[in-house]
Amino acid sequence: MTGTPVAVSVKAVDKVFRTRKGGEVHALSDVSLDVAPGEFVSLIGPSGCGKSTLMRLIADLDGVSGGEIEVFGKSPEQARKDQDYGIAFQQAGLLPWRTVRANIELPLEIHGVDARGRKERSDELLALIGLEDFADHHPDQLSGGMKQRVAIARAMAERPRLLLMDEPFGALDEMTREHMQNELVALCEETGAAVVFVTHSIPEAVFLSDRVVVMSPRPGRITGIVDLSFAARDEDLREDAAFYEGVTAVRTMLHGAEAGAGPRGVENR
Amino acid sequence: MRGDRIRGVLWGLAGVLAAMALWEGYKALAPADGIVIGELTVLPRTTDIAMPHIWDMVARLFDPVTRAAGADVLWWAVLQAAAFSLGIAALGWLIGVVSGMVLALLMQRWLTAESAVLPWVVLSQTVPLIAIAPLVKRWGTAIHIGSFEWENWMSVAVIASYLAFFPVAVSALRGLKSPHAADVDLFRAYAAGWWTGIVRLRLPSAVPYLLPALRLAAANAVVGTIVAEVSIGLGGGVGRMIIEFAATASGDPAKTWAPIFGAMLIGLVSAGLVSLIGLGLGRFRRGEAPA
Ligand SMILES: Nc1ncnc2c1ncn2[C@@H]1O[C@H](COP(=O)(O)OP(=O)(O)O)[C@@H](O)[C@H]1O
Ligand SMILES: [Mg+2]
Repeated sequence: MTGTPVAVSVKAVDKVFRTRKGGEVHALSDVSLDVAPGEFVSLIGPSGCGKSTLMRLIADLDGVSGGEIEVFGKSPEQARKDQDYGIAFQQAGLLPWRTVRANIELPLEIHGVDARGRKERSDELLALIGLEDFADHHPDQLSGGMKQRVAIARAMAERPRLLLMDEPFGALDEMTREHMQNELVALCEETGAAVVFVTHSIPEAVFLSDRVVVMSPRPGRITGIVDLSFAARDEDLREDAAFYEGVTAVRTMLHGAEAGAGPRGVENR
Repeated sequence: MRGDRIRGVLWGLAGVLAAMALWEGYKALAPADGIVIGELTVLPRTTDIAMPHIWDMVARLFDPVTRAAGADVLWWAVLQAAAFSLGIAALGWLIGVVSGMVLALLMQRWLTAESAVLPWVVLSQTVPLIAIAPLVKRWGTAIHIGSFEWENWMSVAVIASYLAFFPVAVSALRGLKSPHAADVDLFRAYAAGWWTGIVRLRLPSAVPYLLPALRLAAANAVVGTIVAEVSIGLGGGVGRMIIEFAATASGDPAKTWAPIFGAMLIGLVSAGLVSLIGLGLGRFRRGEAPA
């Protein structure tokens, strides 16, 4: 590779959507952000502040209107073609006609990994997410948490150095959510992947992240970044004073940013 | 599952019995001249010529077609004609399904193709069959490639396919466009090509839309075949047989109904064959079914 120290580099990015009625939505304005390899960065902010848009730009699911994005020193398009990232959305988005195993193997299959290689990898991942017994089930036979675990396993199938996750736990209840957060921490420690994680739960962002990026809407921009350096991310952390300090810091920044932001939009991404 | 199928068969039988009871009941109760309001006959006559007894129609199946020596027994003649028509309908169905799928793929691939082709697809179905039958025949006979000769049965198959492709093209397009935006994004994230997206995402998503369309296409192909046999003047099938036997209606009323039974048989068999296709595709119908 180019020896670059950054996983994602976002420089002065603007994104303007033109709506059909001829209007313009300034979704992102002058956004700059670097994500180091192995770093866990959360994007947090009220609905409509451009979190999903930023993630989609990094994933090359949409193009910038201005500024520049590099992923591992390459254009997002090249990074997408090189399969440098894995991605998971709020809706698990599993294909209903495929079994759990076949869903996990989907990216491997598309990229021409042979049957043996696929099975080896899906066995590993099934063990990792604790769903070995459900390998031959279909998504409609799983709970929401299980589906989301499968989606995360699928995102990790090709051992990407970067994971992009857009509110992957948004549809889960609080209990399942904390459990999934613990699992995600474990998975990230194992794989050493950098993560860009969209959420609008403050405790979730604080628990998971090395850095929390606080955004505000109209136009979408970064209003501040909270650095968190916890010794260990385990159940004890949730009761730790440092954790609450982090939560307070993010909340303060968020509310400062939100003052005068007007009513919240409806979250739909 | 199994219970559902048995219940379905029972309901089907009940329907047939009810239709038979209605027929015989009306025949027994209504006046011979039918029900007339003013000058207008609003319900048919019930004479044996207009409405033969069901048992007469069935009994007639076991007599020879004509009094000529060596004539086939009627049910055998009808069965042969039905098989002939079914064969042509099947070919028409196949051509229709393939061209409908190809059109849908083209329209999915290029938006401009959709706006250019879809109106014609819809418009094509407003042209009456009777009008296109002679055209197809004329164009067909103009084709000479080596020793290849266009034959009338080919015209009939083409016309059947003309009716069959429409539901397939429309439903397949709808099905191919049915995946969620997030799934399409996922495939883009995988840098999957268009064909991969078709095979692994869009076609599987289209299955619930396609199965009813295939059934409809089969029904259309059968109707198209029978009507086209008449318009083109192709002998050997059920269509011509209906016309020929109708000519003898006054002398042999029960015989008229035999080819109509044949047509019903073709409909049943083709519907059955198409639903066999659905059996192997159960897993693509998981999750939310389309409305
Ligand atoms: N495809 C699009 N077309 C037009 N406007 C869009 C589109 N995607 C997002 N937007 C707008 O951009 C803004 C940011 O959206 P989004 O990134 O989804 O916010 P968030 O994920 O933070 O809730 C919103 O105002 C949204 O309406
Ligand atoms: Mg969003």
